[in-house]
Amino acid sequence: MTITAPLAAAAPDSDPGRGRRLSVGPSLGLLPFLVFIGIFLVIPTVTVIVGAFQSEAGGFSLEKVRALGEETPLRALRESLVLSFTSALVGAVLGALLAYLVVTAPPTSILRRAVTSICGVLAQFGGVTLAFAWIATLGFSGLLTDLMADTFGTDPNGSSWLYELPGLILVYSYFQIPLMVIVFLPALEGLRPQWREAAVNLGATTRQYWLQVAFPLLRPAFLGSALLLFANAFAAYATAAALVSQGAPITPLLIRSALTSEIVLGQANFGFALALEMIVVVAIVMGLYAWLLRRTSRWLG
Amino acid sequence: MSVTQSSSHSAPSTVSPGLAVEMTALRRTYGTVNALDGLDLHLDPGEMVVLLGPSGCGKTTALRILAGLERQDAGTISVGGRDLTHVPANKRDMGMVFQAYSLFPHLTVLDNVAFGLKLRGRSRKDRRQRAGDMLDLVGLGEQKARYAHQLSGGQQQRVALARALAIEPAVLLLDEPLSALDAKVRVQLRDEIRRVQSDVGTTTLFVTHDQEEALAIADRVGVMNSGRLDQIAPPAELYSSPATRFVGEFVGLSNRIPAQVDGETAVVLDARLPVLPGSAAGAGLALVRPESVSVEPDEHGHATVVSVAFLGPVSRATLTLDDGTLVMAQLASAAAGGLVVGGRVRLRITPSPVLVVGA
Repeated sequence: MTITAPLAAAAPDSDPGRGRRLSVGPSLGLLPFLVFIGIFLVIPTVTVIVGAFQSEAGGFSLEKVRALGEETPLRALRESLVLSFTSALVGAVLGALLAYLVVTAPPTSILRRAVTSICGVLAQFGGVTLAFAWIATLGFSGLLTDLMADTFGTDPNGSSWLYELPGLILVYSYFQIPLMVIVFLPALEGLRPQWREAAVNLGATTRQYWLQVAFPLLRPAFLGSALLLFANAFAAYATAAALVSQGAPITPLLIRSALTSEIVLGQANFGFALALEMIVVVAIVMGLYAWLLRRTSRWLG
Repeated sequence: MSVTQSSSHSAPSTVSPGLAVEMTALRRTYGTVNALDGLDLHLDPGEMVVLLGPSGCGKTTALRILAGLERQDAGTISVGGRDLTHVPANKRDMGMVFQAYSLFPHLTVLDNVAFGLKLRGRSRKDRRQRAGDMLDLVGLGEQKARYAHQLSGGQQQRVALARALAIEPAVLLLDEPLSALDAKVRVQLRDEIRRVQSDVGTTTLFVTHDQEEALAIADRVGVMNSGRLDQIAPPAELYSSPATRFVGEFVGLSNRIPAQVDGETAVVLDARLPVLPGSAAGAGLALVRPESVSVEPDEHGHATVVSVAFLGPVSRATLTLDDGTLVMAQLASAAAGGLVVGGRVRLRITPSPVLVVGA
């Protein structure tokens, strides 16, 4: 399970005095990684935070942060949250069910190997390619749209929903579900048959086993995976950008508009404020994740 | 009958007379393998029977079928006269201790033990009281608030035992509960299991491949071979009077010394010994325990000392007969001091009944 790694890292050091000193050898090996993090995470984050509180003239200002409360950015945030929450929920529930079906198949079965391999590919199948695949299938004059129009007489221009929030939820679910399968499968595989047998032996029905043993055991991994899916959808850009050419229904697209708009110039710092807003949301998600870890660390060991 | 010493733990007021268990003509096949081949097994009320045998002999299958965790292809099961053959596992009222890792990791020790009571709708106060009593019984009353990962392997198995007993099961089932523990803890815990079982009086079926474990704690030991019971008997009888070649060779060490059966007796190393039922006729091999062989230095003797291993109070001498047969003898270390490697010795066999098998 992904949640065990941070706990392992927190194991007590056998010699606290030595643990405080950084020996040079291992630190040198970490250097490229630390440089990478510094350049591509710390500096951009600081730039965003500083920029969000700057006026166009360069002085301190709360103007851009205040502007986040206006209708357009608020609507974009709301749509982003709805999109992320819904696609994470759909992905988590359907992905967990699919993972359960996979885990109940024999380890060497073709079905199991095929599903895990396909999920590995589909979880990374985002961006322009995915958007095009959906447009070509369900978009205006898409393959399925035309087929439905020819067969059932539906409106060939009736699939505008694909380019709006419902369409984004559907398309995002396409990579959220397989991602959930991949991250949740180890947790399901970690459910020991002895727990089920012990529960049954003590008098539990199948329902009681799931409610009192399996669900509580899987809950941290499920919620952790769902939070990962939420963050994944919240930060996704390319798929939405390729699918939505008009307007900016979600925050990442609004940031694009702020940075590249040829109509309203000088919006870069507003883009920083929007990015700060996203950082705060992700920080809240990470906080929830940390809280979840602390709760489960009591019995995970 | 208990072969272990009682300890200072006080027994809770849960002593029950136990129920008789009857398993009749059980059959179970996996593909082409007969895991159980018409097994008949009876447990008296309050008795502890240990099923002993090598891997794949069907002992665990028998236990799991009794628990209802697996289905038999044929045969019947009854406990206390009640037919359980088609009763699902969760309604069989049996407590089971698994090999390892069966405690629920998200529950404290107390909640683990109280789990079965909660399913039975017992009040919170009642189940905490009962679970606490059970933990006291296994000596873990101070560990109630801990989680499984905070306990040693031996402690986890004691909690599992307390959990199985908390529901006052009709039958207690132990599926190699000591196999994942180190040697010292194994001995401690097996004595503990026997003490607790004697205290509560629950009819118990214990499965193991460890013969020392089986002989140490059982009222009766059933030796399984290829899905059938070869012999079931009290430990001493099983050891001294094996019914089959498999039992004689599987339980304890046995020398195989050439013998000539003549009616009710056999001639083994010049000694005439009574033979056990089931012995082969004519020339064969007598299964003789090392402790039944005594050794005296004698330059006209019929064996040569190959080696002597000191094992503390006793020593084990390896000898070779003139026909090349290797014989092991277990003797007091004081007596073994007079043996010299390469020296000639005379062997004597204790005149107790022996099983003679075909050569």
